Amino acid sequence: MGKTLAEKILGGKSQPDATAGDIVVATVDLVFVQDTTGPLTIRQFEQSGLKTIAMPGKTAIFLDHAAPSPTQQTSNDHILLRRFARETNCHIYDVGNGICHQLVAELFANPGDIIVGADSHTVTAGALCAFATGMGSTDIAIAMALGKTWFRVPETFLINLVGSFPQGVYAKDLILYLIGQLGADGATYKALEFGGESLARLTMSERLSIANMAVEAGAKVGLFPSDEITQGFLSSQGRSDSYKPLYPDADANYERIISINLSQLEPMVSFPHSVDNVRSARDTKGIKIHQVFIGTCTNGRLEDLAVAASILQGKKRHPDTRLLIAPASRQVLLQAIEKGYIHSLVEAGAVILPPGCAACLGLHQGVLGDGEACLSTANRNFKGRMGNPEAMIYLASPATAAASAITGEITDPREVVT
Amino acid sequence: MRETLFKGKAIKLGDNISTDDIIPGRFAYLRSDLAELSKHTFEDLIPNFASRANRGDFLVAGGNFGLGSSREHAPLVIKMSGIAAILAKSAARIFFRNAINQGLPVLLCDTGQINDGDELEINLTEGVIINLTSNAKLTSNKMPPLMSAILKEGGLIPYIKKRNDFELQ
Repeated sequence: MGKTLAEKILGGKSQPDATAGDIVVATVDLVFVQDTTGPLTIRQFEQSGLKTIAMPGKTAIFLDHAAPSPTQQTSNDHILLRRFARETNCHIYDVGNGICHQLVAELFANPGDIIVGADSHTVTAGALCAFATGMGSTDIAIAMALGKTWFRVPETFLINLVGSFPQGVYAKDLILYLIGQLGADGATYKALEFGGESLARLTMSERLSIANMAVEAGAKVGLFPSDEITQGFLSSQGRSDSYKPLYPDADANYERIISINLSQLEPMVSFPHSVDNVRSARDTKGIKIHQVFIGTCTNGRLEDLAVAASILQGKKRHPDTRLLIAPASRQVLLQAIEKGYIHSLVEAGAVILPPGCAACLGLHQGVLGDGEACLSTANRNFKGRMGNPEAMIYLASPATAAASAITGEITDPREVVT
Repeated sequence: MRETLFKGKAIKLGDNISTDDIIPGRFAYLRSDLAELSKHTFEDLIPNFASRANRGDFLVAGGNFGLGSSREHAPLVIKMSGIAAILAKSAARIFFRNAINQGLPVLLCDTGQINDGDELEINLTEGVIINLTSNAKLTSNKMPPLMSAILKEGGLIPYIKKRNDFELQ
């Protein structure tokens, strides 16, 4: 019997015959934490009695979740993280470098790698054919110390993609549609593997948006094969040597196969307070939006800012709607400046936030007020997520977000772009 | 070896309880002050949870308990509140691992047969739950031997302290 991508990658780092359902101990290629989960990771590491970290060059700390720090307590946690990086000689990416998942894609993730991070959206790097999954602080502390961790090899759902996106429809609409179909726990403990003829036309930016949200259906990982698109992205990051092709076997065993025709999709919106509460944007008339937030590890990349800038260029945000933009990394910010996107966005009335998680998880930079509604390009809309349980969060693509910033209410981007 | 027989009262919750419901992200600045942080456990969902939960009580949830963020503070503050175990129809993957790593048992079973306030007796070794109020007997799904071994030690840190490595049976 052939192997899925998950079986190939996990088997390659543990026992070659690993198949779905097996428990394996596998070596890891990158271990990372961010500033919310990092302090507990360090304390657990110190508790473990293990004195050193196994691979300082493959261990990273990212200050992105509350960066620059909004509180005294967080500033002290940042001091702790910086000190740990100095003492262990691991990598640290301080305030302003960007979101951990974007930096992992730019700097670290290679096809066939195993990546574990103390953040649920670690799955993002599955776009580069890395078995990347989120864990808690204690698991990560031990993975840092030992250079390995245990996994249950997951069963796989194959998501077979055919056709091309119509105008106004993007990768975000696809993943929201899929989560709506699966439900928030429809793929719990499973791997999602993306395949089909559409892959040849899905850019790395789009793949990262899709893999990023695999966890919102409960999945352990969201994997794309490593192909020419992967190769092109790695060379754009000066990492051509990291490329190797990696595909599932033709006779791999899938628990479920779901086919989606991209040409039949529409702009989608996820309604409060769960990600799987998905509707078509055109069915959402008259929902007033007080804040539009474009950014995050889901949709803060150059292609996302390009779409937003093209819609907002020469227009103004609605006077009652704040527009916040946070590029996913310093590289994205610099390229968006060079290409003139930032200029167009600022002229349209946008506030540019530093590269990082910004308003996404309610710690700073755009906490919502009572009764306010936000249209966000992020990946989660749980009650209280953006810092206020009395607020409403809607999730959509950067195009839908930009169109809604102009009209002040949730708007199908096809109505604005003609 | 930890105690494996628990007796307590059920606190019933619904489906899809997120880690933001358990410990809202806006209190993340208290991440290094667990005593302060734990005062906000379930703050937006169950008023006065911290004073309502008695040592030895069980949280009894529906499906997909603990979805969302990887914050291990979620099982940590539940454990600090005195909750002896979580029973759920299903649990989100990261939360499940985190709870076991903190030595907090999570039993997956048909929680539809348990009502708020029911008295339960749980035999952790056998994975059997007796509802003393309704006299129903429930069996929980078996977890992998490695996870059982971690739970038996009281969490991943004591497990690793003893062995310095993972052991596959």
